[in-house]
Amino acid sequence: MEINTFLQNFADILDDTDAALIKQETVFRDLEEWDSLTALSLIAMADEEYSVKLTGDDIKSSTSLNDIFEIIKNKG
Amino acid sequence: MKANIKAISYYLPEEILSNDLINQEFPEWDIEKISSKTGINSRHISAKDEFSSDMAIKAAEKLFKEHNIDRSEIDFLLFCTQSPDYFLPTTACIIQEKLGLNTTIGALDYNLGCSGFVYGLSLAKGLIAGEMAKNILLITSETYSKFIHPKDKSNKTIFGDAAAATLISSEKGFCSIGNFVFGTDGKGAENLIVKQGGMRFPVLNDNEDISDEFGNVRNDKNLFMNGTEIFNFTGEFVPKLIQGMLEKANLKQDDIDLFVFHQANKYMLNHLRKKIKIPEDKFYISMAHCGNTVSSTIPIALYEAVKEGKLENIQNMIIAGFGVGYSWGACNLIIN
Repeated sequence: MEINTFLQNFADILDDTDAALIKQETVFRDLEEWDSLTALSLIAMADEEYSVKLTGDDIKSSTSLNDIFEIIKNKG
Repeated sequence: MKANIKAISYYLPEEILSNDLINQEFPEWDIEKISSKTGINSRHISAKDEFSSDMAIKAAEKLFKEHNIDRSEIDFLLFCTQSPDYFLPTTACIIQEKLGLNTTIGALDYNLGCSGFVYGLSLAKGLIAGEMAKNILLITSETYSKFIHPKDKSNKTIFGDAAAATLISSEKGFCSIGNFVFGTDGKGAENLIVKQGGMRFPVLNDNEDISDEFGNVRNDKNLFMNGTEIFNFTGEFVPKLIQGMLEKANLKQDDIDLFVFHQANKYMLNHLRKKIKIPEDKFYISMAHCGNTVSSTIPIALYEAVKEGKLENIQNMIIAGFGVGYSWGACNLIIN
């Protein structure tokens, strides 16, 4: 699993956010578009793209997109 | 003896909570995103003095009128709600009297949410098969809006109030009721819960409001839904439920002409549809006008599917309900 593909997948679930803002160190919670629906989209993306079950606690305990990436990688 | 669904009608309360109104209250919540992701444009909210029995009666009266049904033929009443009028008496008893049903009928309440309609059909089929009843009135009615905190934008966006009335009969209907599969896992109890109001935790008036990570405000007397956990639960169990259903009914997935799932929200439904690999044209969604109405979503969708002609020239359907409990169930319907 590759970080750039993951960042691209994450950018794809967003509707109104400039893809340039989506980086490894991005604090996803600070994105204006981040809400409960985006969290569900992230879980769906982890499931569809990586067959990984990401939990609400996984998201809660993460700060950056890299944290999420590492969790998915370790679970995959 | 075969059990058949003879007729369905439903009632939506007068007051409408539109996306515009939600947007006025929560300006940070993008209105187009709400409707495109949830698939919901408006929800109906029960009046302050309107409760589950009132809505149940309106749905049943509509059923009698719309389908020309003689109420004296009803010999059993099943009432599904999680927001009953009282602890006791049984709400179904109140409904019997107000609808003018015979005093010789059996009537009971049962407490289930999103799986409630499927379970109701199974109980009705059992009553018919056991020759205990011939015409069963199944009513699902829910006023979740009364549980939801006014500042809980997530739940306000998803849930609407409604009641649906269904007549299940030993006589021919528009479809016959096939086989069932069920599931229960209480480990999910705390993920969709109204904690206070029962015996264990009576309602407190000095609850402190808490705000979750997405800014939804609630306290322990309100409806709490852990959306991410519920999403994962459905992703894990619903595909297995459908697999089990197909095996039980001895059908292949291609044999199914139409799937009607509990209408939770469009986003989750599409995720499940893709996971189970159901083509879009075999997957019915109808919730834009009323939102997630808990146990009434499936009968409402069935009503709309019949109205749209979706049941013409098809043979096999599967309906599936899943949610609070956790509780889930599915059954196949054979179109006549």
